[in-house]
Amino acid sequence: MSQRREYEVVAGFMPLLDSAILVAAKETGFAAAEGVGLTLVRETSWASIRDRMAVGHFQVAHLLAPMPIAANLGLTPLAANTIAPIALGLGGNAITVSNALWAQMLDHGASSNLEPGATGKALRQVINQQAKDWTGPLKFAVVHPFSGHNYELRYWLGASGIDPDRDVEIVFVPPPLMADALASGSIDGYCVGEPWNSAGATAGFGHIATVKAAIWRSSPEKVLGVSAAWAEQKPEALAALLRALCRSAQWCGEKANHGELADILAAPNYIARPAEWMLHGLSGSLDVGGGELKQASEFFVPFAKAATFPWKSHALWFYSQMVRWGQIAHTRENTAIARETYRPDIYRAALGPLGIALPAANAKVEGALLTPTPVGSAGASLTLGPDGFFDGALFDPDKIDSYIEAQKR
Amino acid sequence: MHAKPTALSILVIDENRLRGAVIEDGLRDAGYENLTVVHDVVGIARRIADIAPDVIVIDLENPNRDMLESMFQLSRAVNRPIAMFVDRSDQASIEAAVDAGVSAYVVDGLKRERVKPIVDMAISRFNAFARMARELDEARSQLESRKLIDRAKGILMATRQISEADAYALLRKTAMNQNRKITDIAESLITAAGLLAPPEDT
Repeated sequence: MSQRREYEVVAGFMPLLDSAILVAAKETGFAAAEGVGLTLVRETSWASIRDRMAVGHFQVAHLLAPMPIAANLGLTPLAANTIAPIALGLGGNAITVSNALWAQMLDHGASSNLEPGATGKALRQVINQQAKDWTGPLKFAVVHPFSGHNYELRYWLGASGIDPDRDVEIVFVPPPLMADALASGSIDGYCVGEPWNSAGATAGFGHIATVKAAIWRSSPEKVLGVSAAWAEQKPEALAALLRALCRSAQWCGEKANHGELADILAAPNYIARPAEWMLHGLSGSLDVGGGELKQASEFFVPFAKAATFPWKSHALWFYSQMVRWGQIAHTRENTAIARETYRPDIYRAALGPLGIALPAANAKVEGALLTPTPVGSAGASLTLGPDGFFDGALFDPDKIDSYIEAQKR
Repeated sequence: MHAKPTALSILVIDENRLRGAVIEDGLRDAGYENLTVVHDVVGIARRIADIAPDVIVIDLENPNRDMLESMFQLSRAVNRPIAMFVDRSDQASIEAAVDAGVSAYVVDGLKRERVKPIVDMAISRFNAFARMARELDEARSQLESRKLIDRAKGILMATRQISEADAYALLRKTAMNQNRKITDIAESLITAAGLLAPPEDT
């Protein structure tokens, strides 16, 4: 029997583990079941995805969660109005450092437990020592200025007493080239999504020092960026796509499917790297370097804990970091633009009929939940959290002014 | 006095050397002499600081574009802010550029009339290059097809003792009956003949 294909959607993606929900929506038939003919186009840079969205080659794309906000704030070239009606999972990144830097961090009390507080403290001591020896500064790479990687690396450094602009240098490198850059010695560490930490660690080029899921537990990473114009013209197509992605996320979250998912992602047209690398990120059992396996708690969460819900508190936290690092001035208008970029209303309207757990609120206090906590929801029952920052700070989106004030240097 | 259009400093970044050369030729022919072409982004910040380009042309698929854009925005690496992509108001140019697979960055404040001919030239050269590459591919595959059909004809002539014209007619008829391409039939025939042939002495 042939599938009905009512909607054609072309999506750009980058070769990363968290493209899984989009890829699986196509490969396991969830998109087709919703009448969506989904074409996936692999891209080589976020800039290229953004440009091709702007001229209409792509209606939707796998985007760094802060990118749609930056676009709507007019911070990027060719910025077309973009909304984020669904997230593509929580977590998934790590910070990998060179073997030489890791050896120094070990001398200063770091251990392989992935704990950001201890590793950050050890890094600060290495940097203090280097300042005395007149060496350095250390060079860290992230993938994009408007990325979770940039903000979580800076948050980790800042909370560890390291000034990300003065004490280290932050540069930009495409994800697939990170491990090579580390091996060549042109950088000392990097923050990137999987499988590009496993790529460096399993090859023996570096050591995974800590993970996003420990710096900020239950934290957002990628979203589905949607052309605002297309969303307005084709609301049914968007709703069908969101249903397909939600079912796909559920499938991706099932442990029993991880082997199959890893094989799909490893294919030449997707990430084109070994399936074992994908399994590290999917299981959270990371090879942190030299074959030493460490379990990272809730490393990548595709579905549980409302992992696809586009929380406005996530959008506002990213905005607060854009302000913190001087990318934009804090104004009431800019705050509103950031808040309105994430669209839980569209999410609820599209996914309500599926009977899955839908959070009752649009925003939450990030860091308020220290343990898994049942919360108010429509549909199935819902457990959220823990969602805290490793330094114990709270982000209350209703008190963004004082949060931004407190983070001023 | 207005600066001559040719005085603009242009930097072309293209990992594809052949395409880089094609663009360079086009721009030189059009009278742009202050032109640098690089194939590798290693040490690019230094080059940009030295060249101080007014216009940077780069292929859309270059994986280092995120790095380059962030560098353009950070004034530490580049003295003058390079912020615009072609011209935000010129949607047709933007579409043509992205379709052709080229992006251009321009120093802030540069007049559109001065930049547009450069961008248009880059677009047309990118398109010409893509067409050339496609034609080369087609020529290559046509040559491949002819070789396949010749071999299949040879097999038919030897096994069925028929003329070359009859062998070709048979291939063609089979392709039509099966609604397949003649090269597909030829390929299947060669594969089948290979499988069925008695093992050769080696």
